Amino acid sequence: MISQGASTPLRFIAPDGQAERELPVFADRAALISFYRAMLLTRIFDEKAVALQRTGRLGTFASSLGQEAVSVGLASAMRKEDVLLPSFREQGAMLWRGVSPVELFLYWGGDERGSDFAGPRGDFPICIPVASHAPHAAGVALAMKLRGEKRAAVAVMGDGATSKGDFYEAINISGVWRLPAVFVISNNQWAISVPVGRQTAAATLAVKAMAAGIRSARVDGNDVIAVHNAVGEAIDRAISDQGPTLVECVTYRLGDHTTVDDSSRYRSDQEVSENWPSEPVARLRQYLTAHEGWTKSDEENLIAECHNLVGEAADRYAAIDPLEPKDMFEMTFASLPRDLEEQRNQLS
Amino acid sequence: MADRMLVEAVRMALARVMSEDETVILLGEDIGRNGGVFRATNGLLERFGEQRVRDTPIAEAAIAGLAVGLAAQGMRPVAEIQFSGFIYPCIDQLTNHASRLRTRTRGRLTCPLVIRSPSGGGIHAPEHHSESMEALLTNVPGLRVVFPSSPKRAYGLLLSAIRGPDPVVFFEPTRLYRSAKEDVDDSGEGLPLNCCFTLREGTDVTLVTWGATVIEALAAGDHAADEGVSVELIDVAILKPLDFETIRASVSKTGRAVIVHEAPISGGFGAEIAARIADEALLSLLAPVKRVAGYDVVMPLPRLEQFYLPDEPRIMAAIRDVMSYT
Repeated sequence: MISQGASTPLRFIAPDGQAERELPVFADRAALISFYRAMLLTRIFDEKAVALQRTGRLGTFASSLGQEAVSVGLASAMRKEDVLLPSFREQGAMLWRGVSPVELFLYWGGDERGSDFAGPRGDFPICIPVASHAPHAAGVALAMKLRGEKRAAVAVMGDGATSKGDFYEAINISGVWRLPAVFVISNNQWAISVPVGRQTAAATLAVKAMAAGIRSARVDGNDVIAVHNAVGEAIDRAISDQGPTLVECVTYRLGDHTTVDDSSRYRSDQEVSENWPSEPVARLRQYLTAHEGWTKSDEENLIAECHNLVGEAADRYAAIDPLEPKDMFEMTFASLPRDLEEQRNQLS
Repeated sequence: MADRMLVEAVRMALARVMSEDETVILLGEDIGRNGGVFRATNGLLERFGEQRVRDTPIAEAAIAGLAVGLAAQGMRPVAEIQFSGFIYPCIDQLTNHASRLRTRTRGRLTCPLVIRSPSGGGIHAPEHHSESMEALLTNVPGLRVVFPSSPKRAYGLLLSAIRGPDPVVFFEPTRLYRSAKEDVDDSGEGLPLNCCFTLREGTDVTLVTWGATVIEALAAGDHAADEGVSVELIDVAILKPLDFETIRASVSKTGRAVIVHEAPISGGFGAEIAARIADEALLSLLAPVKRVAGYDVVMPLPRLEQFYLPDEPRIMAAIRDVMSYT
């Protein structure tokens, strides 16, 4: 299914919930419901996080509203032993990988313990400086390859990240060394206020793979099946020593860049409205309703379950005391140098 | 034992640690078949193979980023940045990632990498090949910054840097690569990364320096002795974290301090040492603290670099100046 920079994003399910082609074998009822649950959980988590921020109980937060299928699609295609390198809008992927909502709240609430994941111990923390984690994925993949492991590194970043040298250096080196790395671009059309058409003159972001001589795919990022399928194929290639893949997922950021952004400054309400009918959660729900017997009560039960889970996590987060001020010193080096010990003593 | 050049001592340390630990991986531009532009990795490709001695594309940000990814996966990458004038693209990776991965994951992921880079002037190199930018990195919390000045110290400090659990930037003074020679025993013994080296004991002036200017400072110590001035010479060698205790003890004894470095004077690491002396040893001082450093100018091309680099007469002038206070 992987095509070299195809201009039409590949999809299985249309925005109206109708299948456009035969679904891949992995897309059975149980899998689709698990994807749906994860996307809904992500959406409800995002709603809660924004609400906490608006009421002064969380720091600046980047909602993934409208992009849940990219996050869940890529993570659900990974195996436990793979390594995720997320950017800052991939809570859907992180939750799927076993990062807890309490940890995510802690991170966005300003506590380093939020990146000390109890679940996926080898996954990278959220990367804020754009694209600077792309070379990390190459390094992780090199370690895996040198050890002869059948594992892959999966990095995800936005459309703006493809303008950076780090991105090109990483895909280039991964191509030269045929590393088991997958670079997923969540192309949500906007890098804060700059639209993708002003990031690049390239026809698509997937074509940027050609300059590095690596494979690419371009999929509808609002179709979780298409994302899962493309990333799954890319991982299969990676672990069978066929090299890296760039997967462009075409989606749309329905919300602001973050809670401190006001997207009405740079894009019209009409544009946002026009993109709502393509959003990924309703799309999959319509498919499940039409083809997998998903009922109103199934839906209500799932919504209640997600609200409970997120609400309990928010309560647990609120009950966690901050680290002690002196704890800021403890992890600077493996052991505390005398100089820092003196500074720590000044703090008390 | 035979006399070894500093560049050979670096190579001995690399070979030693690579033979002990198969997770040690070398990365860099022209380090494989070419053996590095200074030949620091000469013969290592043949001995350890192309999987472990890797010529990278010319992409310094990716070299540092690869090292972060490898280190987080439990490997021990040692990357060469061909000249320290080319280290700037790595600074994002060093500052935003390598130095803080342990902190930001509360110790879940760590970053035991080493970036080696030839540094400093005095070899009549082209533009961008002679800078000293250690102060850019000493201001980064979580990085260790090491700058040896002799073959033995280069060997022992590099072993410890590679074996250690923290990210290290390891500057190698190009001017001393072939001129500094010493018996180096390939004993495999590392030197601690937490203390300065007192190269000469004295009672009148504390001379504090690191890197290539240690050579000029040693000469100034001899010259001062001829003039009846007793110099205590401290090679800082490990700038960060700084062993200020050794410097404080020496200045408390001598009452005078002259700090020498090749990097531009304003905001140089000498300013940090001078500030620490003012803060913690002011009442011991008999004279103002003097700095002998590079000027706040763009590193001159070879025709003028000798006038930029701190030399023995400039150090002597500072020593005579602080000795004029009694």
